[in-house]
Amino acid sequence: MNSQAFHSVDGTYNFAYLDEQTKRMIRRTLLKAIAVPGYQVPFGGREMPMAYGWGTGGIQITASIIGKDDTLKVIDQGADDTTNAVSIRRFFQRVSGVKTTEETQKATLIQTRHRIPEKQLTENQILVYQVPQPEPLWKLEPREVETRKLHAYSEYGLMHVKLYEDISRHGEIITTYDYPVEVNARHIMSPSPIPKFDNPKMAMMPALQLFGAGREKRIYAIPPYTRVRSLDFDDHPFEIQRFEDPCALCGAEGVFLDEVILDDKGDHMFVCSDSDHCRERRAAGHAGHRASDAASIGFVSSEGEA
Amino acid sequence: MTQKSLMLQVRNLRKTFTLHGRGGVQLPVFNDISFEVSAGECVALIGSSGSGKSTLLRSLYANYLPSAGEILVKHHGEWVDIASVEARTKLEIRRETIGYVSQFLRVIPRISSIDLISEVAISGGMSSEIAIEVSSALLRRLNLPEHLWNVPPATFSGGEQQRVNIAMGLVRPYPILLLDEPTASLDASNRESAIELILEAKSRGAAIIAICHDETARDRFADRLFDVSQFKAAA
Amino acid sequence: MKALLEAESVGHSYPGGQLGCEDVSFRLYPGEVLGVVGESGSGKSTLLGCLSGMLEPSNGIVRFDVGGQGLRDVFSLSEPERRLLMRTDWGIVRQNPRDGLRMNVSAGGNVGERLMAVGARNYGNIRNEALDWLTRVEIPSSRVDDLPRTFSGGMQQRVQIARILVSKPRLIFMDEPTGGLDVSVQARLLDLLRGLVRDLGVAAVVVTHDLAVVRLLSDRLMVMRQGRVVETGLTDQVLDDPQHPYSQLLVSSVLQA
Repeated sequence: MNSQAFHSVDGTYNFAYLDEQTKRMIRRTLLKAIAVPGYQVPFGGREMPMAYGWGTGGIQITASIIGKDDTLKVIDQGADDTTNAVSIRRFFQRVSGVKTTEETQKATLIQTRHRIPEKQLTENQILVYQVPQPEPLWKLEPREVETRKLHAYSEYGLMHVKLYEDISRHGEIITTYDYPVEVNARHIMSPSPIPKFDNPKMAMMPALQLFGAGREKRIYAIPPYTRVRSLDFDDHPFEIQRFEDPCALCGAEGVFLDEVILDDKGDHMFVCSDSDHCRERRAAGHAGHRASDAASIGFVSSEGEA
Repeated sequence: MTQKSLMLQVRNLRKTFTLHGRGGVQLPVFNDISFEVSAGECVALIGSSGSGKSTLLRSLYANYLPSAGEILVKHHGEWVDIASVEARTKLEIRRETIGYVSQFLRVIPRISSIDLISEVAISGGMSSEIAIEVSSALLRRLNLPEHLWNVPPATFSGGEQQRVNIAMGLVRPYPILLLDEPTASLDASNRESAIELILEAKSRGAAIIAICHDETARDRFADRLFDVSQFKAAA
Repeated sequence: MKALLEAESVGHSYPGGQLGCEDVSFRLYPGEVLGVVGESGSGKSTLLGCLSGMLEPSNGIVRFDVGGQGLRDVFSLSEPERRLLMRTDWGIVRQNPRDGLRMNVSAGGNVGERLMAVGARNYGNIRNEALDWLTRVEIPSSRVDDLPRTFSGGMQQRVQIARILVSKPRLIFMDEPTGGLDVSVQARLLDLLRGLVRDLGVAAVVVTHDLAVVRLLSDRLMVMRQGRVVETGLTDQVLDDPQHPYSQLLVSSVLQA
């Protein structure tokens, strides 16, 4: 199977930036990761044209699996229009010419930083997460030689020590993002800094979930329809965040909200973190109590910039 | 009591100390000691100072290692040579069969006198409530003032420590008892209590080997004398 | 009664030929405390390493009664089996409590870790058991959420002990348990150890250079010199009637207070 006879828009790069051998290497890594859900597979990460900490892991995964018929969506903290999301989307447009979208249900491939879309994903979609620190135990056990053994031998008492410490200090488990999960009743995994609100979405998700950490050079995965359980104690069960008010713009309830500061007098409102979800609801006629402020925040929709 | 049963048989026992720090000089103490003690019998070791009475007594407890010979002890119905058996069994013999009232109390920091004694009783299978009761009764008989019971004995006088020692040795019905100067440093009335306790141990069948320089006291409980100086080893 | 730990001609040499220990054999039974004394270079620390599963012996075999199923060569166990053993049925009290504790985890978390490691998942129960153990080692309950770095050396040592005993091990190893502590603190710690060992029926191997420690804690004693055991016997016999020239030297060298 020879490579796509397509070069980037200005003709200087291979399709999707990475050479084909590298893509195959990463795909092999992905297969291993899918075969052992939640297990961190080391991989030979490449030097990418952006610094570590800017999503190089997620970008390498996306680059390895994206095809010319894909439709790509990129979000950062749930929004399509933040700097990072815009940069990454433009990068892929330039090196692959692939169609992009902001609408979740139109995307076949979604790269995300720190959020899972509110809309239920399907079996035809792949979700790629950007991961800063893949090792859930790193704060308690910095030695990698040791954490490899802990994962290999399923010695996870230490993870519960961390949760115990939270409860003893704060009366509850205070971790609100990057909340550790147990995947397929075997490996404990860091879901990346998504809010714990999103953790339940990972369980039995119809879409394939792939995780890439560029600096640490690790890839892991959750196959579709896999059991994912957030860690807790019997007498301190896992709970997601609850918001008192609905989204101020579209009135959505049961979604993750961001706080937006409106002026320097302290005026603020809570709006959907998932910008596409909010836009879709408003387009369908839903309105929150500050719907008129939508324009002032500058929610702009764009589709498939070429 | 018709037939007395043998509890202890010492055979051809020899003890020589070798002082390596002094060029390996040998200090022979005694040689070829043999004797027997039966249940309910008390043998008092006599002999001039330095003749090896204490050394012999300590050897019977496996505190000193004999240079030659055997010390056979009736332990759980079997004859066992405490001098040559493995450590585990020696410890078992000390737990179950032989009690030792030493001349000097080995002080364990922070353990009160009542606890020192009841620990011994508990090791013999008594429940802790009964152990405390029995230990208290014993201390009362030995006239140890009650305000000293919950105090560790480190600061006690010689006589007070001796009474704790005696209680530790007699709180359990050991089949064999070794007594090293049990009445030394006791005044007349406490001495009397100690002697009574020793006689009671005898009458319940304990085989006793004692060192007691106080002849009056000794004559009260000893059935026969064994002169260790007769076995003085040649230099 | 079955032996709990067995050493058969155990020896270990370091790379370069330097001798650690040589030809050590003994059997330890449940509830027995074995003291190992020697000066620096005697090989006692190497021996402890071999016995406690940390250092694979170059010669000989160390066997432990794993799961009550009979003696097994400790180094024939798979690594996860051995690690599990060291977390549950064994404990190692290290000389420096910093090596045996998680300094960035509270006292309660330190003590509860072994419970969580074998699947305890009820916070309330874990905390209660941790509190119970801290009380047993005479640490005030109010300190349960404090970090060990706020504790004195003696207290840190006691947290280490509680952390180990919570899993009800049948065998503990102690490496200079009172090293670096003030004399009165040592006395208190030794007394605590003595009581706990006796109450729990735990067997122990205590390695130290301090004769007073073995006098108080151990039933049996091995004297080591230049990698070999030169004398072995009941503690009081070896200390009161030492046979070997080196044992006599050791005993006579102890300063009387």
